[in-house]
Amino acid sequence: MKVTITVNGEQIQDDVEDRTLLVHFLRDGANLTATNIGCDTTSCGACTVLLDGESVKSCTVLAAQADGAEVTTVEGLAGPDGELHPMQRAFQAEHGLQCGFCTPGMVMAAVSLLKENPHPTEQQVRVGLEGNLCRCTGYHNIVRAVLAAAAEEEGA
Amino acid sequence: MIPATFTYRRAESADHAVVLVGEHGDEAKLLAGGHSLLPLMKLRLAVPEVVVDIGRVRELSFIRDLGDQVAIGALTRHHDLENSALLARELPLLAHAAGQVGDPQVRHRGTIGGSLAHGDPASDLPAVVLALEATLVARGPNGTREIAAADFYRGLFETALEPDELLTEVRVPKPAGAGWSFQKFTKRAIDWAIVGVAAQGDKVALVNMGPTPLRATAVERALADGASVEDAAQRAAEGTEPPADLNAGPAFREHLARVLVRRALEESRA
Amino acid sequence: MGTRVVRVEDPRLLTTGGTYTDDLREPELTGAAYVTFVRSPYAHARITGVDVSAARGVPGVVEVLTGQDTDDLPAPADGNPTAEPMLAKDAVRYVGEPVALVVTDGRYQGEDAADLVTVEYEPLPPVVDLEDALRGETLLFPESGSNVLAAAQDEGAGDDAFAACEVVVEHTIVNQRVAPVPLETRAAAAAWAHDRLTVWVSTQNAHWARDAVAGGLGIDPSAVRVITPDVGGGFGAKIGADREGVAVAWAAKRTGRPVRWVETRSENLVGMTHGRGQRQTFKIGGTRDGRITAYRLDLVQDAGAYPRMATLLATLTKSMASGVYDIPHVEAYFQVAATNTTPVAAYRGAGRPEATAAIERAVDMFAAEIGMDPREVRRRNFIAPDKFPHTTPGGMEYDTGEYAAALDRVLAAAGYDELRAEQARRREAGDPVQLGIGLSAYVEITGGVPEIGETARLVVHDDGTVTVLTGSSPHGQGHATAWAMLVHDELGIPMDKITVRHGDTDAIPVGIGTFGSRSLQLGGTAVHQAALEVKERAKELAADELEADKADLEFDTADGLWRVRGTPDIGLDWGRLAQLAGSDGLAADVHFTSDKSTFPFGAHVAVVEVDAETGKVRLVRHVTVDDAGPVLNPVLAEGQRQGGIAQGAAQALLEEVLYDAQGNPVTSTLVDYPFITATELPSFELVDMATPTPLNPLGVKGIGEAGTIGATPAVQNAVVDAVSHLGVRHIDMPTTPERVWTAINEARTGQ
Repeated sequence: MKVTITVNGEQIQDDVEDRTLLVHFLRDGANLTATNIGCDTTSCGACTVLLDGESVKSCTVLAAQADGAEVTTVEGLAGPDGELHPMQRAFQAEHGLQCGFCTPGMVMAAVSLLKENPHPTEQQVRVGLEGNLCRCTGYHNIVRAVLAAAAEEEGA
Repeated sequence: MIPATFTYRRAESADHAVVLVGEHGDEAKLLAGGHSLLPLMKLRLAVPEVVVDIGRVRELSFIRDLGDQVAIGALTRHHDLENSALLARELPLLAHAAGQVGDPQVRHRGTIGGSLAHGDPASDLPAVVLALEATLVARGPNGTREIAAADFYRGLFETALEPDELLTEVRVPKPAGAGWSFQKFTKRAIDWAIVGVAAQGDKVALVNMGPTPLRATAVERALADGASVEDAAQRAAEGTEPPADLNAGPAFREHLARVLVRRALEESRA
Repeated sequence: MGTRVVRVEDPRLLTTGGTYTDDLREPELTGAAYVTFVRSPYAHARITGVDVSAARGVPGVVEVLTGQDTDDLPAPADGNPTAEPMLAKDAVRYVGEPVALVVTDGRYQGEDAADLVTVEYEPLPPVVDLEDALRGETLLFPESGSNVLAAAQDEGAGDDAFAACEVVVEHTIVNQRVAPVPLETRAAAAAWAHDRLTVWVSTQNAHWARDAVAGGLGIDPSAVRVITPDVGGGFGAKIGADREGVAVAWAAKRTGRPVRWVETRSENLVGMTHGRGQRQTFKIGGTRDGRITAYRLDLVQDAGAYPRMATLLATLTKSMASGVYDIPHVEAYFQVAATNTTPVAAYRGAGRPEATAAIERAVDMFAAEIGMDPREVRRRNFIAPDKFPHTTPGGMEYDTGEYAAALDRVLAAAGYDELRAEQARRREAGDPVQLGIGLSAYVEITGGVPEIGETARLVVHDDGTVTVLTGSSPHGQGHATAWAMLVHDELGIPMDKITVRHGDTDAIPVGIGTFGSRSLQLGGTAVHQAALEVKERAKELAADELEADKADLEFDTADGLWRVRGTPDIGLDWGRLAQLAGSDGLAADVHFTSDKSTFPFGAHVAVVEVDAETGKVRLVRHVTVDDAGPVLNPVLAEGQRQGGIAQGAAQALLEEVLYDAQGNPVTSTLVDYPFITATELPSFELVDMATPTPLNPLGVKGIGEAGTIGATPAVQNAVVDAVSHLGVRHIDMPTTPERVWTAINEARTGQ
């Protein structure tokens, strides 16, 4: 079937099998490989993208379900001039990533979290990221990064 | 992992969904948010030949104040339940419990109808609608019918819905100012409940204490007979058939049910 | 040294998401087919037939390969009866063992086709339990005559030593099997062209992966180039290349078509090696005033279905058995047993967390038995600072250590006395939520075979930029930043002009890789020494060019210029010096080796709340001293500690790989395997301490595994401590609600 999705502002059309998962539409169809796959069971959040502005796990959404929708991946987060999004800056400044594999999904989940709750407490950040697993950081610096990004956005 | 091949059909309306399901019968599965069905399909534990996507049936996404009850469209997402001012005011138990389902990403996709129709006894919302004594509205080829929540769950992953029926709406009577509590006991926040308790006033329902969500009838009777919270809660495991799994055996679940029911009643009466 | 520098790796990872193996879009992989493995559904069975005809008939199927097709591959050396085949041919020994592979044009066709490969099995009795394995009624490898793959014991059984003790405590505990779960599963891609294989693989060491591929396929290592793309975590489970990685390379060679493979998480949880997996019986004895005089550790290591690294793990546990304590009599024994489960290999700490967990539980149980504060028992038994270097009864030569200082420092930071007061208050009040305070003191061995060392090549280019080629192999540790800092520190060249390359066996002919907390102490030292050598060569070049005596030359790291003393206006920069070096180039090659291991140490305090009604444990604070010598970049060192703590806490609280009686894995998805999340952890409190080692010029030890080693026993001890007043003496890991509740019940009813 033909599916058209606006990914990071660009309309992408692909002829896909009905069973195609959104994550594969992005990775194999749109050639945007930042969005990763870390599990089979909607558990790890590595595939998190924004679907019409809200975080979803793109391994548990059919491309067909997203037909006509807007998707933002981490590749679409920086400004047109390449300026990093505050969340990206905060992840670097706070060392919120190590191997980097969970990072695109983690960053998108964090962006969605702050959109819904711009001034979270530490505990709210932890709960807000409960759907995203990281094996490297112990979450310590991820939590710091999200709090720092919230503080920066508040100051801006 | 990826699902086995299937044919995707998109429903444009509730009636259209009923027609599509009618065309394909047992071979079709309804797809709402997809967060119950797609994981099973990826593991190939479910292999429907046809998937009918009802995700765009906007007419089924609503929360309406009907005076003495609240009507909730089956495609209303957990996220919307969690953030609804109307629910926060009238049905705080439901709003709160919806906020405990899965994780934020799951709540952005998952719907109340999908959750209720899936019939998983470990899910949160089925016990909540039981405690709230809700009525479920189903639409089929022969029209619409209402099913009391108490009659909806028939067995493990088995509901009163016919294969050609679509759950369209949940009608919840407004509780008369009674307190509420939702106790969800998990190892990790994202887990399904090992045991859960939904209490609205003296109506108490249990998550994951049997093949279906169920009312803690012995507790409710004891309360009606004037028993103390402590004593009533001691009867929480009566009539239950708790499962044994990786997280807990039946004895621990029975114990948890007693502790959590007591805490729920204490909190709802506080 | 010691400067907080954010990582140079991050902007790329944060914007494009990096390039992991499945992200590769290299020209050599254009049109690559997909490999999908067919895996055994039985824990133990004979293969009686394989039918691939149905799978071959599926559109898009390029090739189906089975164990029958592997006859052209080299036989195991010396007819080794326990050798692990690339694809099982005659028998399968664990659920998930690769039996066949399909090569398909499309990604999605792979699973469909794999489902159609029919394998006939004749089930054999599975050996799941360690007791069954030791009993040996069913053998995994009948030719070897036993399920015990290896065994070792110390000289001189010490019953006399225990007979002299006033107090003896003996207990059997479980250090459960856990899954490493790097977020990126295993992955590989391969292309065969011009009689050479290029293999991209998610690994901790390209060179060992190259040797595995070459050895497995019977081709010369020079005919294999291994490239390591970004690697999404390893934790010891991506050392070298597993059989699947070799099989992917083989499939490329067989089909002549580039191929790629990435496993699913469900495959990963049964196919990637697991960690830990020991049953430990300890006996600890001493005096009523807290002096420990005898310790015995008797352990059975679960190897899983094939030997892999299990004997090494058990050996490390045995060697490190006595930990930080000066115990006159120490003995340790092990048996390594084969079971019909996923093979066990390294997982963050690899043998040392198991040693620490045993002795730290033993010390706490000893303290409980004599009614003494566990802090006091530890203080009375530490190896004193004036005893270093210290050779332990296990034959380990500890380089440097300040064990009492580490414990005192962490206790002060945690506010130990206040915590005990709060605990007493809650106990008195009968609070349903009790407080537990757990200590651990640890020492561990790092360097991962330091004798084979690590390589570095440093090249200064004509434009003043530098390339560092390292044999070490990062997968999250931040080598690009750390190595650039080391070069910058010596050569004054800005970080953004320094490029670090790793993981390409053509560009870097010799390398060892990253495991055993070895990178900085060996690979970093090699880079440091290469910088010094380049500096020395530069001095000669500058002296010639400036017609000055070498002794009169000055180098300013602030501006990176060489000058003659007293003539500040004339300076030579690195680009100019590289030009002057001409065709020789301004470069240095170093292979740094060390004949001894380093021994980082530390102490952890965990604070937990335990709901005594439900058994639920919440880790509320975790405070640590992790002393691995001087710190190059605190940002990176802290990151290693934090991640390690989380993994250690995860083992104590939640994680465990489980099998049913038939050997079926029941934790093979991330729904069932309770990977720790942000909600189960607090922020960590890290306390600094730096005791250098004399074993390398930087004075550094390894920090990669310390957090995990210290955290597990601290958290477990805290959980037991929280309910010790109810009579609980021990709770096995993971300390799940049901286990804690059961322990409380049993203590109450006196069972």
